[in-house]
Amino acid sequence: MILMAGPSKGTGIATRDAYGEVLAELGSENPDIVVLDADLSTSTKTAVFGKKFPDRFFDMGIAEQNMIGVAAGMSFAGKIPFASSFAMFATGRPWEQVRNIVCHNQANVKIVATHAGITVGEDGASHQALEDIAIMRAIPKMRVIHPADGPSTKKIIRAVASDVGPVYVRLSRPKFPVIYDDSYEFKMGKGTVLLDGKDCAIIAVGYEVAEALKAAETLKAEGIDVAVIDMACIKPLDDARVESMARKCGAIVTAEEHNILGGLGGAVAECTGSKYPVPVVRVGTKDTFGESGDIPSLLEKYGLTSRHIAEAVKAAIKMKK
Amino acid sequence: MAAYALTSDKQLLADKCLLHRRHIVKMVHCASSGHMGGSLSAVELATTLYYSFLKGDPANPKWDGRDYVVWSKGHASPLAYSILADLGYFPKAELATFRKLGTRLQGHVDRLKVPGIDASTGPLGQGISIALGMALATRLDKTPNHVWAITGDGEHQEGQMWEAIMAAGFHKTDNLTVILDYNKKQLSGPVENIVDIAPIADKYRAFNWNVIEINGHDIVQIIDAYKKALAFKGKPTVVIADTIKGKGVPIFEQEISGFHGAPPCDADYEKAMAGLGPAKWPDFF
Ligand SMILES: Cc1ncc(C[n+]2csc(CCOP(=O)(O)OP(=O)(O)O)c2C)c(N)n1
Repeated sequence: MILMAGPSKGTGIATRDAYGEVLAELGSENPDIVVLDADLSTSTKTAVFGKKFPDRFFDMGIAEQNMIGVAAGMSFAGKIPFASSFAMFATGRPWEQVRNIVCHNQANVKIVATHAGITVGEDGASHQALEDIAIMRAIPKMRVIHPADGPSTKKIIRAVASDVGPVYVRLSRPKFPVIYDDSYEFKMGKGTVLLDGKDCAIIAVGYEVAEALKAAETLKAEGIDVAVIDMACIKPLDDARVESMARKCGAIVTAEEHNILGGLGGAVAECTGSKYPVPVVRVGTKDTFGESGDIPSLLEKYGLTSRHIAEAVKAAIKMKK
Repeated sequence: MAAYALTSDKQLLADKCLLHRRHIVKMVHCASSGHMGGSLSAVELATTLYYSFLKGDPANPKWDGRDYVVWSKGHASPLAYSILADLGYFPKAELATFRKLGTRLQGHVDRLKVPGIDASTGPLGQGISIALGMALATRLDKTPNHVWAITGDGEHQEGQMWEAIMAAGFHKTDNLTVILDYNKKQLSGPVENIVDIAPIADKYRAFNWNVIEINGHDIVQIIDAYKKALAFKGKPTVVIADTIKGKGVPIFEQEISGFHGAPPCDADYEKAMAGLGPAKWPDFF
């Protein structure tokens, strides 16, 4: 396991780049795969597929609601559609289309959105989706996956391509530290234990997995022994793992680049609440919109760094009975 | 409350256009992000609107006698900010803070942060609905405020645009004018290669709108079109303005998407600024 520095322009792999690459590979392997985008293919990286398979690539223009409906129709006629845009416009704008056309029909549509979360940076609040996990998670039949790095993104996209049914994969704009090598395996409904520990379990998704690992290191130096779990699959949630961690550690911290309401933190709190109640301290944006700025400053201002996670761990441990 | 003074001095307007073009390129270069192409194409359209037609009061941006502007293409924020700074809505030096942490000048225009902005936008396709709401409300109040919406061609692909266009045609809101910056390009390239919106004038006519077609870089034609839009009774007006994305900087004009959303490299920046040449006033930052 290699662990690199925080997101910057120079290091790591953007999950959207990994998506573009693996989608083009899948295109050669499976002729049923079709890709739709809404005038953002150079940003979502579906353009890589579009260049290689122009006949199976559809730029639907700036019209996300229509794109989702068309993707569902294609799936009913036997295709495997991937539909992409920014997270804001792939989940927010067409929410009712996703609920009723895709999920209620159990259409085999893969919604893969990029530019999720605060790490959108300079584009600002209107483009920073901090509610998408919550609104996708609330729909029956929808699965929600948020990969932590480039290599796991590739495995996850491969897994959802061969799986049947609606799924939302949440990807990001900047380069992320590389956490996994090619031995990573994805299983729907399962988390990955990156570090075992006994004092507190940090359950994280996306970029926050890297921050959680950093937090674990600093905490270790202070004599606090934490577990770190990459819960890439937020729905269906790995209930068994959450429960066993609650039993073992007696305290949980969640970390996500998303509102603390309704996302990973919400899911974990719902699970512990009914299975084995323990303190759950949620690291995420505090029910607020984001703003324009550079990524490191935004992570600091919105409380998403390893330091914030470490503080949350200490708070959670203090709350143990 | 007093509205700021208007002008129809064509040379002055042209000089202001050059100043705003310089600021647009400078702001995006300075922020290392932002949208130049679709700001540059709308410079004459927006400059003429703000300096020759709009009723507004920088000392009291919420003055209820003002005309409303909805920047439906909210990514053209550099242009909006340059104009509002020049008109005195906020300090000129603030342009240097565009897109930086803590700034009021967000990547996409925000009505809660920037004096002179009437609607927060950025997510495309929503501006005509907002403008229609303003137009219906001011009509209810029998006040003379006019509502303007500045739109892009690509965003006309959104379904909500046509819901709003249909509703405005039905409601005959002649106090609403849509400016269509018809620069033929969107983010990924030419509109005609993605999902073409042509014949756009016929579409608006079929939705019961008054249609005026002009060259969107010709100030005389723009003034004439806005006058006609204000005078027209019984239907909303759309001014379909033929424009060039990236206008004023040849390397931007030639790029496939009209230099949509990327910052210029230092060399392109120097070239662009040299090509534009100095404005009548020094740059604000
Ligand atoms: C709903 C939505 N989808 C996608 C985007 C991303 N986006 C920003 S600008 C743009 C292209 C806009 O094209 P157009 O309306 O023609 O504007 P212009 O070319 O004049 O800049 C896109 C797709 C967005 N802002 N909103």
